[in-house]
Order: sequence, then structure tokens, then C-alpha cells
Amino acid sequence: MNRCTERLYNGLIKENPTFVMMLGMCPTLAVTSSLQNGFGMGMTTMVVLTASNFIISMLRKVIPDKVRMPAFIVIVASFVTIVQFLLEAYLPSLNASLGIYIPLIVVNCIILGRAEAYASKNPVLPSIFDGIGMGLGFTFGLSCLGFFRELVGSGTVLSHRIIPDEYCIKIIGLAPGAFFVLAVLVALQNKIRISNGKKPKELKCIADCSACQKQCEERGKEFIGNSKKEEA
Amino acid sequence: MKELILIAIGAALVNNVVLSQFLGLCPFLGVSKKVKTAAGMGMAVIFVITISSLLTSVIEQYILVPTKMTYLNTIVFILVIAALVQFVEMVLKKMSPSLYSALGVYLPLITTNCAVLGVALLNVQNSYGIVESVINGLGTAIGFTISIVIMAGIRERNEYNDISPALKGTPIVLVTAGLMAIAFSGFSGLL
Repeated sequence: MNRCTERLYNGLIKENPTFVMMLGMCPTLAVTSSLQNGFGMGMTTMVVLTASNFIISMLRKVIPDKVRMPAFIVIVASFVTIVQFLLEAYLPSLNASLGIYIPLIVVNCIILGRAEAYASKNPVLPSIFDGIGMGLGFTFGLSCLGFFRELVGSGTVLSHRIIPDEYCIKIIGLAPGAFFVLAVLVALQNKIRISNGKKPKELKCIADCSACQKQCEERGKEFIGNSKKEEA
Repeated sequence: MKELILIAIGAALVNNVVLSQFLGLCPFLGVSKKVKTAAGMGMAVIFVITISSLLTSVIEQYILVPTKMTYLNTIVFILVIAALVQFVEMVLKKMSPSLYSALGVYLPLITTNCAVLGVALLNVQNSYGIVESVINGLGTAIGFTISIVIMAGIRERNEYNDISPALKGTPIVLVTAGLMAIAFSGFSGLL
């Protein structure tokens, strides 16, 4: 059980996907215009992440190493489709406001990253807790950003008015505000890192995604090469 | 014809894929250090998105809709796009080595670019036909190229500026992107 709580702590604090790892930036910027959307997106991602971690970890000895990336993508895409249906049926308003970003969870770096880095190498139970921990960390990050942007941008929290309309900074709630808020967040992080004598960080997303894509690419090539050989 | 032009302008300028829809942020932030590489990336994206919107809309119209399997479109599209990028790379390598040497480096970066899948899904969501889908894809990709090239131009000049150490690198790029997003929101009155 100790290992499981360690996983939760790791996902929430130590390797928090939004604040520390800076993963999954597309949904982070796109859906955090309100607290409700940020929280909903975070929870949806958590469900997909936990379920895909569970299945991938169960199948880790069955999936051949060479086709693991395509296999992971299919598993993740299946869960995303299922979750999308559940949302359509039970939370149609959330589904409408998140729109295209629900199916786009498939290409979220966090999910493939966790599948590759943790679930494909570890037993089932820790993998599930890894998914829950990372998902909660992501939800926490998106909720914080959503709370802040909703409060400053439209003066409300969960549609309850806190700040009178004429004192709001509208731009924070709109598309440009998303970039500004993220810029401030990274700058703060850099400030802390520099005062601790560390190097300022680049957005991790770039390195991670392209690395995973390159790997994916190489695997794909090997796979195609092999199947050609077999055909011949 | 007028409809198609409106779709293209809407996709390229009004609903710019990076600055108002936040798709394809990774390459936008990662490959925008130099104008030359940014333009190369843009060309590769135009190439891939146009072909993939054609292919995905053909699959949607002629396979998924008649067999009533449209609910599988996310799974089908992501696999088709991944395979397509591989295929394009192989064809370019064989048929046109000069084009391959220009675009080849960027192709692997596009495989799981969310903009490609995003456009395919948006085409379905807006129930576009095949021609409209291709135009929408082309417009979106041109919008991506415009914004990444402008961004690279600004970053090249930013290199020599005196920026405080905490803001150097990613933060200042994000601030620039925010300012560009404000500029692009001026296009919203266009349609």
C-alpha cells in the first residue's frame, strides 16, 4: 500500500503534470477559461488515464515491444471514445463546452507518457494509483488555472459573482489571457529555480512529445519492415 | 465558391489553429527559433493536414457513415493519420528526394500533432463534405504556417533583447504568443 500512496504523492506534488512537468499544454490553455471546464477536463483525463494505465499494465507482457506505441494509442483511443459517450449521455453541458478537446485527449502527452514511462513496466495496482495520482495532479493544475482565470476574467467562481463586472480584466478569460497566465506561471517557476541555483526550464512538452514521436516512428518503421519481410 | 473562400479565411485567420484554438502548440513553441525551420515545418504541416483531411473525410463519408460506425472516428482517424505520415515520408523519400530533404525532418514531429487530428474531427463536427474538408484543412494549415513564421521572425529579433533571466526562453515566447493572439482577434470581424 505504501507504494500506492507514494504514487499519489508523486502525481499530485512531486511530478505534477501542470506545474512541474509542464505536460499537456494544449488542453491546459484551451479549457481553463472557467473553473468548471478545467475541473471537468481534468477529471475526464483522469478517468482515461487510470483506465488506460490499468489495461496497459495488465497487457504489458502480451503486447510485443515493437508495436507497443500503436497498441497504446488504440487502447487510449478506445477509452476516450467510451468516456465521450458517457459524457454525452450524463453530462451533455460539459461535453458541449469541452467539445473537440475530449477526443483530443488521445494525443495528450501525459497519457502516452505515463503509459510508456510507468504502466508498461510496473504491476497493475501501482499503475492504477499512478494514473489516479497523475490525473488528480492534472485536475488540480487545471482547476487552479480555471479558478484564477474565471475569477479575474469574469469575476465569478462557478458562476457565482464575486467581483463586480466593471472591475474584471476581460482579456484573462479570453484566448490571449491563456498565454499570459501560462507565461506568468513558467516565469514564476524559473524565478524559484534561479534563486535555488538551478537552470531555468524549457517547456518539457516539446522534448517529451518529439522523443516519443521519434520512438513511435522508429518502432513503426521496424514494424512495417518486419511485416514486409514476412510477406516476402 | 464564396462558401469555400469563407471557410478558408475562417480557418486561416479568424479561428487560427494555434492562437485561438490552442492546437499544435508543441511545434509552435518548439520549432519557431528560426524563420527557415519554421517555414519548413509550416510547409510540412500544410502538406500533411491537406492530405489527411482529404483521406479522413473520404473514410468518414464512404466507410464509416454507410456502415454506421461513425462513433469509431477518433480511433480510426488517429491510426490513419499515423499511418499516413509514415507513408508520406516513404513516398517522398522514393519519389522526390529534394522535397524529402526539405520536409523530411519535420514529418516525424507531425505524427501526434493535435492539430492534424483536431482538423479531421472538426470537419466531421461541422459536417463538411469532401471539398469543404480539404479547403478547411488547407486553410487551417496556412493559418498555422502564418503564425509560426511570424513567431519565428519575432523570436529572431528577441534574441538580442535584454530580457530578465526569469522571463527568458519560454515565458517571453508565451507573452509574444499572447500579443499575437490579441492581434489575430482583430480578424474576428472579418466574417
